Amino acid sequence: MGVSKTLLGWTVAALVLMALAVPWFIWGSDAVVAGLPVWVWWHVGWLCLTALVFRLFTVRAWGLGIEEVSGDG
Amino acid sequence: MAETALQVGIVVGYLLVALAVGIVAYRLTERTAEDYYLASRTLGTVVLVFTTFATLLSAFTFFGGPNISYAAGPEWILVMGLMDGVIFGVLWYVLGYKQWLVGRANGYVTLGEMLGDRFGSRGLRGTVAVVSLFWLFPYVMLQQQGAGTALEALTDGAVPYWVGAGGITVFMILYVTLSGLRGVAWTDTLQGAFMLVAIWAAFLWVAGAVGGVGAATETLRSVDGAPLALGGGLYSPEYVISTAVSIAFGVTMFPQVNQRFFVARSKAVIKRTLPLWPVLVLLLFVPAFMLGAWARGLGVATDVNENVLPPLLLEYTPAWFAALVVAGAMAAMMSSSDSMLLSGSSYFTRDVYRPFAADPSDRREALLGGVGVAVFATLSFVASLFRPATLIEVGNTAFGGFAQLSLPVLVALYWSGTTRTGMYAGVLGSQAFYVASVFVPAVPASYLGGWSAAVVGSQRLPCGRGRRRLSRWSRVPPAGRRSDSRVENTHGGTVPGRNHARRLSVTTPREPPPDPSAVVAVALPEGGRQFWLLDGDDDHVVRQREHSGVARDDGRPGQHGDAGDSVSPTRL
Repeated sequence: MGVSKTLLGWTVAALVLMALAVPWFIWGSDAVVAGLPVWVWWHVGWLCLTALVFRLFTVRAWGLGIEEVSGDG
Repeated sequence: MAETALQVGIVVGYLLVALAVGIVAYRLTERTAEDYYLASRTLGTVVLVFTTFATLLSAFTFFGGPNISYAAGPEWILVMGLMDGVIFGVLWYVLGYKQWLVGRANGYVTLGEMLGDRFGSRGLRGTVAVVSLFWLFPYVMLQQQGAGTALEALTDGAVPYWVGAGGITVFMILYVTLSGLRGVAWTDTLQGAFMLVAIWAAFLWVAGAVGGVGAATETLRSVDGAPLALGGGLYSPEYVISTAVSIAFGVTMFPQVNQRFFVARSKAVIKRTLPLWPVLVLLLFVPAFMLGAWARGLGVATDVNENVLPPLLLEYTPAWFAALVVAGAMAAMMSSSDSMLLSGSSYFTRDVYRPFAADPSDRREALLGGVGVAVFATLSFVASLFRPATLIEVGNTAFGGFAQLSLPVLVALYWSGTTRTGMYAGVLGSQAFYVASVFVPAVPASYLGGWSAAVVGSQRLPCGRGRRRLSRWSRVPPAGRRSDSRVENTHGGTVPGRNHARRLSVTTPREPPPDPSAVVAVALPEGGRQFWLLDGDDDHVVRQREHSGVARDDGRPGQHGDAGDSVSPTRL
């Protein structure tokens, strides 16, 4: 069941990446940091994190759920 | 007047560059449908990323996005970032990579062709194409309309609307007919690089002119509606999520984007593009949409076309630079339209005309493709002269319409229990619902406090209680006996074959193949699990192994290369 746990893990990771691309927890905040609204900075950071996670996925788990090599050979 | 001459000069300059690229591409193009529509599946990382990005968002980045930020606040950065940077990235893998594998193994050029073959149904193939063309046609019309009005405004009416729109249509027909996807992708790449440089130059220039990024942003504090606060006004959580989700799913089914799922040169190319999406999205959208928001704080009024970026640049940057960006935006419109024309033509000739006509030769199909581009562009140009309200409404709601296709396609790609009847129900049912939500007042356009019909409608699963469970992707003659005209499907019906397609044998546990080393399968019978083996990281070979052990790669030396050649013999 190793494969399905990996699949579940990456699916959760993808959902978290989608869910928090918008910083819902500071809804209504109008703080400005370094010239841009603070929620823009959160988004910039989050998309950089997304790029890193995507990169990690291509290195570690590419093919998951699509091309699978059987455990028996 | 000097500005006008400069702007027209830049537009003409761009046209000449595009034409030159088209001629170079023409000299490299084989006159086959696969080469014409897909550049023989040979695109590398940079060209693939930029052609997808420029095709989809170029005109929008310059005009539509800043306009929304201007009117409603810079949260549009979040909507587009979530849509294009995260959700589309995930779909690029889930839908795009799977489609690439399947398309490569079976020689598919269009989405309809893939689904028609999967379910052994010419009707489904035609239905998917007609549904796609229904949404695409008015969308192309809107692009021509945009180009026509932009040229008219650019020249202060010296070039009337119909001359501008018509001239650009004729030019696009010329160079798309000549160059096919290769030329289109190359001009898109130039366009994408230009966009990145131009938008950052504009961002820094405007910021410098008003005393810095912080000063520009602070101007928004004095604007009513608190645009700096996250949310509020247009942006409810339901709106943000609905918009991002429906556009992301819609984008994947837009013919010109969906076809780009097929064109990567190798697996390594697709792997390299994935982490680039969020980065490109940030690089383009943050400056572009902040500019739109700043324009509001700086009190800039929109121009006659209700665009805000051109007047902003005219006020804070030199005239030549503003001209460059405005002309570039028009060129961007064209780079979207030419891809749509090419894909629209391929959907029509391959999925609507060809399956129901006498089997034409491959060369003839490429010729037909060119004729298709001309007919499609001419019809949409004529429509753009009259601008019927219904067509405009269809064009404006096209993203949602395409989004309805995505779930049936996802299910067809991943669930072997999907049935032909279920696909018809999933495709036609969701389309009927969505069209009704657009045109029938009794059918609401939003649900449960703000969820759009585009998202609600796409939740229909194509799992109707069909009598037939088509379980294999397709079934073709054993390796070595390539299909020349027609291919038998799992239930004895036939689907059109492709003269040029490299069809590989697909096997089932009940029917061991004559040559197991050449087996490539895409989906397995009910209950079976599928296992893929791929040769190395940068390979072109798709290999599948079943857990039952019937279809096995026996590991003989040299076979991978052999199989690879048979997968993509036209690779340049």
